Amino acid sequence: MTALLQLLFFIAALVPPDSVTVSDNPNDQGGAILISWRAPTKESIPVVSYHIFRSTSPDSGFQEIGSEPGTRTEHLDNEVQDGKAYYYYVQARTENDSSTSDVAGPVVSRAQWFNTGRTNVLVLATVICAIFLYYIGRARRGVKMFVRRIAGLDAIDDALGRATEMGRPILFSFGLGYITDMVVIAALPLLRKIAMKSAEYAVRLLVPNADPIVMTAAQETVKEAYTESGRPDLYNADNVNFLTSDQFGYAAGVDGLILRERPGAIFWLGYFYAESLIMAETGHAVGAIQLAGTTETTQLPFFVAACDYTMIGEEIYAASCYLKPEPVMLGTLKGEDFIKMLLIIFITGLVLFGTIGFLVREPVPIVARIFDTITAWLLPAG
Amino acid sequence: MLQRNIPLIIVFGTAVLLIVAFFIPHRPFGDLESRFLNWYAIVAGFTFLLGLDSLTRHHLLRVLRRSPGWFYSLMLVLALFATLGLGLYSWVRFRSPFALNAPFMWLYTYMIIPLQSTMFATLAFFIVSAAYRAFRIRNFAATLLLLAACLVMVGNVPLGGPVWSALAQVLPLWVKTAIWFSARLLNIAIPDPKSTEFITFDLPAAFKTWLMSSPQAAAGRGINIGLALGGIAMSLRIILGIERTYMSS
Amino acid sequence: MRLWERLATIDRRILYGLLALTVLLPLILRPRTRIQVSEPVQNAFNAVDRLPAGSVVMISIDFDPSSAPEVQPMLLAILRHCFKKDLKVIVTGHLALGLPLAEIALSQVPPEFNKVYGRDYVNIGYRPGYVAVMVGIGRELRDFFKTDYKGVPIDSYPFMRSVRTYRDIGLLVDLAHGATADAWIQYAGGRFNVPIIVGCTGVNAPGLFQYYHAHQIEGIIGGLQAAAEYESLIEKPGSATLGMPAQSAAHGLVILLLIIGNIGFILGRRRKGGGG
Repeated sequence: MTALLQLLFFIAALVPPDSVTVSDNPNDQGGAILISWRAPTKESIPVVSYHIFRSTSPDSGFQEIGSEPGTRTEHLDNEVQDGKAYYYYVQARTENDSSTSDVAGPVVSRAQWFNTGRTNVLVLATVICAIFLYYIGRARRGVKMFVRRIAGLDAIDDALGRATEMGRPILFSFGLGYITDMVVIAALPLLRKIAMKSAEYAVRLLVPNADPIVMTAAQETVKEAYTESGRPDLYNADNVNFLTSDQFGYAAGVDGLILRERPGAIFWLGYFYAESLIMAETGHAVGAIQLAGTTETTQLPFFVAACDYTMIGEEIYAASCYLKPEPVMLGTLKGEDFIKMLLIIFITGLVLFGTIGFLVREPVPIVARIFDTITAWLLPAG
Repeated sequence: MLQRNIPLIIVFGTAVLLIVAFFIPHRPFGDLESRFLNWYAIVAGFTFLLGLDSLTRHHLLRVLRRSPGWFYSLMLVLALFATLGLGLYSWVRFRSPFALNAPFMWLYTYMIIPLQSTMFATLAFFIVSAAYRAFRIRNFAATLLLLAACLVMVGNVPLGGPVWSALAQVLPLWVKTAIWFSARLLNIAIPDPKSTEFITFDLPAAFKTWLMSSPQAAAGRGINIGLALGGIAMSLRIILGIERTYMSS
Repeated sequence: MRLWERLATIDRRILYGLLALTVLLPLILRPRTRIQVSEPVQNAFNAVDRLPAGSVVMISIDFDPSSAPEVQPMLLAILRHCFKKDLKVIVTGHLALGLPLAEIALSQVPPEFNKVYGRDYVNIGYRPGYVAVMVGIGRELRDFFKTDYKGVPIDSYPFMRSVRTYRDIGLLVDLAHGATADAWIQYAGGRFNVPIIVGCTGVNAPGLFQYYHAHQIEGIIGGLQAAAEYESLIEKPGSATLGMPAQSAAHGLVILLLIIGNIGFILGRRRKGGGG
């Protein structure tokens, strides 16, 4: 039986790459042509590699421009000029044989003005933004809106009061966040509020930083808050300093600071990784009242275990709306809630629809097909 | 007024440009995103000088003023410049500070690796004390949390398999059947309760995988969807200039 | 102090001492452990295993020395697996302090399989600004990496000439301890559909299961246990397997402490409830 298979294997001729198609690579800024071909049929000898040849004329001047392993069936040529016509052929090679396809072309590459692969993003973004703008508009017109309190925010004043009573400083950390992290921008208004209170109570505020840009922003924020509270004399740039951008170097530095200064209140608001618990447990050990808020979900359990209050998920994004409760700011919160409700309805509906589609796939295949079309449309496509 | 409005206009303009560029592959929009990110990387690189300035100034002042612990500040400054010096030397002499035989690599292998690993390892100690303190069965939810935590811990190490095997050998058939039935309900591929595979099957590990990929991931997704929406709302507030609390007034 | 109060409030230093002993003893005594492979690790292994010889695997070193004890064994195991299967390896990374760990691994593993730099693997090094790099490779690798970490043009290595975008990469392996894993999944996986497997610290693994469950990544190697599982799959036990008894004992201790603490807590509450 094995011998027969071997025999078949040897007589089978190497089939040339079948139906080579060439087209402009879609959704790019030009300069690329996509060459694809069909894998040879089963009887053929396994192809080791495909070699792609290109020319600007259909009859002559072909040169090899690249190769693909035998398992691939397409090649992207991104060394072409836009607007110029090209011709291609593909050569399949085995250990000691080769076979060439017909010439395909002409094909011209050009840049696109719209990435059709991102239509889904455009549609969803438009719908979401429209809902937000509607709620902002409603708020501007003076429609009253109710938003629930965030317990963590109420705790800020208690924590600051405690630190003042004990005569201990306050520590604020953005963790390892960069200024490009939204959570850091969301935490800046909270730093401002805390700095204003610390100026009012004349308590020292320490802000050790892991990123120099964040440090600069923090210095500005604290300085201004002190000036606004009428105590610019209390501001000391040395208290808002840079430690290191190294994760555990930062944790060691902050731990040292906590043990030396024994702060009465600690605010962990920003981006944290595995160092979160190392720092928060040290804070707990010196008896500080601790408040945390991060968007890094893996660190939430640690903060919940070690801190007195933890703002979960997007609560920290919403915080600035509570600090300065302008109706327009609250409008965006309402919009967020409305979209959440829509999403819950949409996801539940889609899951039910998909399940029904699966159950009735034999008698009514159309349901499953509609479900597949919807989910395929939702998938990101580059 | 102008001082306040110009930054708002820059924020709005940049945001609109980048949003538009996301959908247009054609030049000059196509590579705008990576170009802006490159600019940020360049600016961020230079700001490290600010960090260096802040760090050295802070510690040199402590040394000069003989503040408590000034000796450690001196060590920090010396170590900082020694590292910089060794890095530069290795770069000139070996073309890369991380060449395997460069002196900087020696510093990396015998100081940075052990120091960083040690700091990370302290996490284990802090987890023990935090877990011991926080995991108290105050109510039904806390009890569930504790049970789940213990199951994940058992499932996460080879200990779980042998413990389960020992237990499965002494369990009566009806308990095994009940376990089998519950596991099947959770879509865990558990072998037949009468078979020997049932005993050798690592149920704690399978249950851990189920906990992680079903209830845990479901909660995680919920939080992440909320975060994404909160992020969009926050971005819109910043782009439209509604949120100005992060800026100077 | 009553007994139950003591049980519920054991001093931190005693807890730390107990943990140190529990970890240390198995490391000295080295008992044997049986390792069973979990599904996410098996799937990660399969993703590498089913690649045909000659395929390109890109390994991103996004961890630094702090998490090296957990993640470095994964790097060694995956490199061994790739070279055993004759796959081509490109190493890159987004942490300046992480790439030397790759150099250490690359000085160790390739000689075991007679693999040569430039022919079988290349280290293209680190470029700052990870999002820009991840998005940029979708268009052209050379926009960011014209040369390898030694400054040699990457096109001087034959297999690198045909590697231009994610299309030419069979599998992306991210070994991470932070947000880079999410970024790879969202930018490289989401926009360019590259198959991805992630190796990470035990702490970070829970956050990745949502991607795994939604088939956005092929497999997860999460934590030391998973590293040991991968080591057992390639039949080459290493430091992860060695660490398993210590980790088992430590987990056992934590569970024991939780039980003791809760007994103290319940007894204390009952007494208080009964008395008051």
